[in-house]
Amino acid sequence: MKKTAQVVALTSVLALSLAACGDRPKENAGAGGSSPSDEAASSSAAPSPTASNPDFKACMVSDSGGFDDKSFNQTSHDGLVNAVKKLGLKTGEVESQSDSEYADNIAALLREDCNAIVTVGFLLGDATEAAAKKNPDVDFAIVDYGYAKPPKNLRGLSFNTAEPSFMAGYLAAGMTKSGVVGTFGGAKIPTVTIFMDGFWEGVQYWNKQKDDSVQVVGWDEKSQSGSFTDDFEDKIAGQDTADNLMSQGADIIFPVAGPAGLGALESAQATNGEVNAIWVDTDGCLSAAEYCDAIISSVMKGMDVAVEKAISDSVGDKFTSDPYVGTLDNGGVQLAPFHEFDGDVPQELKDELDTIKQDLVDGKIKITSPSAP
Amino acid sequence: MRERPLRLPASWLPSVKVTMASMVLALLVGALLILVSDRQVIESFRYFFSYPWDAFRHSGEAIGESYKALVSGSVGSWSAITATLERAAPLICAGLAVTLAFRAGLFNIGAQGQLIVGAVCAGYVGFHYELPPVVHVLAALLAALVGGALWGGIIGVLKARTGAHEVITTIMLNYVAAALLTYLLTKESFQQPGSNNPRSEKVDAAATFPSILGVHSGIVLAVLAAVGVWWLLERSTVGFELRAVGANADASRTAGMSVANVYTLAMVVAGLLAGLAGAQQVLGHQDSLTASFGGSIGFDAITVALLGRATPLGTVLAGLLFGALSTGGLAMQAGAASTPLALTQVLQALIVLFVAAPALVKAVFRFRESDGGGAVMAKGWNS
Repeated sequence: MKKTAQVVALTSVLALSLAACGDRPKENAGAGGSSPSDEAASSSAAPSPTASNPDFKACMVSDSGGFDDKSFNQTSHDGLVNAVKKLGLKTGEVESQSDSEYADNIAALLREDCNAIVTVGFLLGDATEAAAKKNPDVDFAIVDYGYAKPPKNLRGLSFNTAEPSFMAGYLAAGMTKSGVVGTFGGAKIPTVTIFMDGFWEGVQYWNKQKDDSVQVVGWDEKSQSGSFTDDFEDKIAGQDTADNLMSQGADIIFPVAGPAGLGALESAQATNGEVNAIWVDTDGCLSAAEYCDAIISSVMKGMDVAVEKAISDSVGDKFTSDPYVGTLDNGGVQLAPFHEFDGDVPQELKDELDTIKQDLVDGKIKITSPSAP
Repeated sequence: MRERPLRLPASWLPSVKVTMASMVLALLVGALLILVSDRQVIESFRYFFSYPWDAFRHSGEAIGESYKALVSGSVGSWSAITATLERAAPLICAGLAVTLAFRAGLFNIGAQGQLIVGAVCAGYVGFHYELPPVVHVLAALLAALVGGALWGGIIGVLKARTGAHEVITTIMLNYVAAALLTYLLTKESFQQPGSNNPRSEKVDAAATFPSILGVHSGIVLAVLAAVGVWWLLERSTVGFELRAVGANADASRTAGMSVANVYTLAMVVAGLLAGLAGAQQVLGHQDSLTASFGGSIGFDAITVALLGRATPLGTVLAGLLFGALSTGGLAMQAGAASTPLALTQVLQALIVLFVAAPALVKAVFRFRESDGGGAVMAKGWNS
């Protein structure tokens, strides 16, 4: 025991002397919100938000994919992060492990006094509605879900991705050399097949306009059947599925499978320009920049924008239950720039796409997808 | 009772001691992980020699907040306790399904599949038919039991008739059950009207477990099931045969027992218990079927059963522990500590790891070698 005490004493003396000459943090530097020994160290120091609402707590529950899914949970989470950066909020986050936990997870955040709760994914639809009815003082928003009659404090955020996918289909039909284009999904759920429906319809529209016969492999809107990886994570499965479509002659692939779709980009890139792809959810040339030379364009789904808007509305007391539907008209969904393909896409096709966009906005072209919101 | 005195202190205490020590050890390792994953702590260690107190204060805060949330989130309030019980109930039932089969010498990896089939049956009866209140919940429950028992029974018959190894057949039937559920959820008769999302209709309110003091009554069924399994194993003739076959199938056959019948029966009852776990999920905890409603209950159940050393009481306790870790982990995530989910899962895994490796724990804490708590060893391939 004595020895231990001596060692402790010696160590502390050493530590103190080291402290005297060690590199000191600038404790009383006025500029730093980042000083870790700040007295009010309870909330982690955010990089100087433009506004500060330290009493407002914005919270989020993921579905069983988790916030690191490089897909819709992550994009939605980006919306929360952006809102926090701009508005200086407190946050609370819970990742779900299975479908049976959603109600518990929302309840846990309610116990932490969240002022606004965003849930991600249609699977949380019922749990979110039940929680909203029970807690009228808390604002709720849910990504990828809509309600017919929501309570006052619940906003559904859905996205008509069929519209930009329609443009993507038309673009693909205009760009294909083999006359065959392909698509596949991560799972047969409406939020995925809506992309594929739009793509399919876009190709049919091209065929009608140009009296052409471009073929779609991997999906048929009429029979609602096609190719799926049944997994949003498995890149190899995405690659296999893409290879399969390519062997059927497809030279443009439209993968709607989150990270698994990266496998399709890999396959496309390996052909050195023979096969190319159209990406989904985010602008592929930014989120998967290493594949940019194989990405003609991307169908963007602005979940981050919608989430950020819902939170900032709640902070500013402007929250309403009017459902948000991302459309080409309000910019909630759009077709990304062509980036490296800008020179390859003929001007005529670009003009036609602009016309189609306007026609979709004006309702002159009607989306027939059964999954459209 | 007289000829079988309860051997409580002699064989129980050491095993309890080792389990407790395992938890302490896991919490210590977990504390280290909390420290290295906390940004503030890391930063304060960077200037440790200038302000050592900061490092200690932040470390203490991080560990304190996390573990406070773990405890208060799992048993700190009545609502926390009810949440823990609701999480524990299906784990206990599915754990019993593994325990029972284990005692008959069968390694039941198929609790997940049996649970899914049970829940599908319960769910279908729950939302498709309209029956009077009490009758409806009983009918749905019965459907779950029958569904699970049939799914488990397939394994038993295959094993008894053809000798097909239950590990392989259970794993394969898990896939079949999961695919069946996914398929059914694409059918209109299962989906909610006016929606093509893969989510079933809501179970009729009359078919859900009534709630007692904020807990759905499924937990009572879980306890009854545990008592039932204990009685079956320890007090009935069938249970004796079951244990005998589990100990030595050849000797039991020579002694005139029907090993085939025992295998079949064991798997039927195991399936029934897993079906009950499915009913807990769909009639108690959640009111509709989705593709991953079962989470990983059927697989966690294997851990629960092994952690409970393949006894009914042990399974109940292990199930409660897992339920508490699960709700406590949720509070750790949601609360001020915002501990990442992965860390709480690692913590659970550590506890299991240490409990499963008693020799290691004994070495660390310098327990005497004679102290109990030998691990339950899974039997080999060809047992």
